[in-house]
Amino acid sequence: MTMTNPTPGNPAPAAKPIVPPKPQGRLKAALDSDIFYSWRRSPVTIVATVVALALILMAILAPWIAPHNPFDPASLNLMDGFTPPMTENQFTGNSYALGTDNQGRDMLSSIMYGSRISLFVGAMATAFAITLGVSLGLVAGYNGGMIDGIIMRIADIQLSFPGILIALLIFGIARGVIPANQQESMAIWVLIIAIGLSNWAQFARTVRGATMVERQKDYVSAARIMGVHPFLILLRHVLPNVLGPVLVIGTIGLALAIIEEATLSFLGVGVPPTQPSLGTLIRIGQQFLFSGEWWILLFPALTLILLALSVNLLGDWLRDALNPKLR
Amino acid sequence: MSDTLLDVRHLSRRFDVSAPWLNRKLEGLDKTYVNAVKDVSFTVAKGQTFALVGESGSGKSTIARLIVGLLEPTEGEIVFDGTSLARGLKGAEARRLRRRFQMIFQDPLASLNPRWRVTDIIAEPLRVFERSMNDRARHLRVGELLTLVGLSPEDGLKFPHQFSGGQRQRIAIARALAANPEFIVCDEPTSALDVSVQAQILNLMKDLQDEFGLTYVFISHNLQVVRHMATEIGVLYLGRLAEVGEAEALFATPQHPYTRMLLDAVPDIEMTGRRRKKVEGEIPSPIDPPPGCPFHPRCPFANARCRSEVPGLTRRGPQAAACHAVEEGRI
Repeated sequence: MTMTNPTPGNPAPAAKPIVPPKPQGRLKAALDSDIFYSWRRSPVTIVATVVALALILMAILAPWIAPHNPFDPASLNLMDGFTPPMTENQFTGNSYALGTDNQGRDMLSSIMYGSRISLFVGAMATAFAITLGVSLGLVAGYNGGMIDGIIMRIADIQLSFPGILIALLIFGIARGVIPANQQESMAIWVLIIAIGLSNWAQFARTVRGATMVERQKDYVSAARIMGVHPFLILLRHVLPNVLGPVLVIGTIGLALAIIEEATLSFLGVGVPPTQPSLGTLIRIGQQFLFSGEWWILLFPALTLILLALSVNLLGDWLRDALNPKLR
Repeated sequence: MSDTLLDVRHLSRRFDVSAPWLNRKLEGLDKTYVNAVKDVSFTVAKGQTFALVGESGSGKSTIARLIVGLLEPTEGEIVFDGTSLARGLKGAEARRLRRRFQMIFQDPLASLNPRWRVTDIIAEPLRVFERSMNDRARHLRVGELLTLVGLSPEDGLKFPHQFSGGQRQRIAIARALAANPEFIVCDEPTSALDVSVQAQILNLMKDLQDEFGLTYVFISHNLQVVRHMATEIGVLYLGRLAEVGEAEALFATPQHPYTRMLLDAVPDIEMTGRRRKKVEGEIPSPIDPPPGCPFHPRCPFANARCRSEVPGLTRRGPQAAACHAVEEGRI
């Protein structure tokens, strides 16, 4: 601290630039930060970041970089079916890096498009769970009393069931409510809501606890004395101070949501077969496992493992990096 | 004495500290309450400093929070410049009144949002109360305020954790002053600071008082600090006022035995060699306060009446004490 402290009765003469200059060098500040330092020091995290980024880029760019379009029936040749990886097909002579499935679809392209859907569902479901959980947690923690009791008991009840059961339940209800001709187009959104609703409770719990701590602090009191509306206090004062832990469980939650989506799709209640996700590909692949076509199962499963593992490792690292007690 | 700005009338605040409902039913317990503040009345004149002193648990901070409206009184009322700050003050009137009072807290790190830049912290009252102000005018005002409290306008870019304790308290003072209030409640503003910095902050507060004609309610457990700041003093004991009076008179001729005990404990530079009485005993639990005068278990002058009857404040000269012994002329 290189600040001078002029005597109070005789304040320093007004400095020229009364309007403070804009902060600069955000990137440099980010590279200097403790978090980046701890990232650099952890080889596992660097590998996880690279793998996760590669998979995410691959998913996002699938329509442009995939060698084939697995959803275009015109481009499929049934004669290409069951081509093993890196081998020429005995009828057509075509060769595929990761082989083809029973319909002759290129596995690599299927996986790229499949991870696109898996990631989209996972990210949207997590975003939905965070929005819902953080809002309810803030309200419960700030108000306390009855509202807190009701919200947190609902969360407790929900946490006593496996998430997958709740998602199945919501999925079943949606199937009964939505008219048959819209079911296929709505399926992906139903899936997102189902997974989101089965994951909000842990966000609500975390945020509620942090909010109860923050609301006791005097900066909240200062805002209350000024008569700032409780909604603005929550949004501008409390929320930025409780987001740290949300980031951590949000990252781990993303991995969980991807796995949950794969589980639902594996069980056949997830995305429609016209939009196969990684889970759908695994379900298709396991039918051929015992007949020797191992690659149809193995490659989607490996991609899912890599995706979930790398995101999870990133979450673990974030938890350690953001936790001042472990520093 | 000039006009009264704040009039606190028979203020009481009770807290429910009962066990949870289920435990009460199972264990057959009754509801338990703490009387944090009981029947406290005082007035503060414009431009003066009224100090509240007392040990931990005497209800000082509760009174501060009641005055600024963070807590609602169980009984009694608070009249600010002729308007009662009764329950349910809403809308435009509430805003007009709120901008006239502010509060400075004990721990400046907790009272400044750690995620906000200092500029935003100080500008917050301006955003609330001066809605027509544009960004540039607000920036100028923030720079002006920072200079006023002895920091520089460039400091506005930093975050609270980049400052020392004394500087943080200056920021808190700048925020309190932003919307030109008349009345500031200071809840132990120097207790979290080093002694050398305490004096700087106190002098700053005094200068600002002279400059803007501020009225302070100053809460402290430090009698030296109070002596430096206060024009009038209220001594709290277990949520009740033991003695109120002009500062000089109260320091020169304390009446209530509790005030005497406190003053005896203050070290003085002159080393007058006067005999001191040690502070004895501790403040009783407010959950189960002693009957009669709350001070009687520690009071050397207590008699049967003190043990059964709660004394009221009786005025004698420049101060008023709540003590049977003083009233009867026993001491």
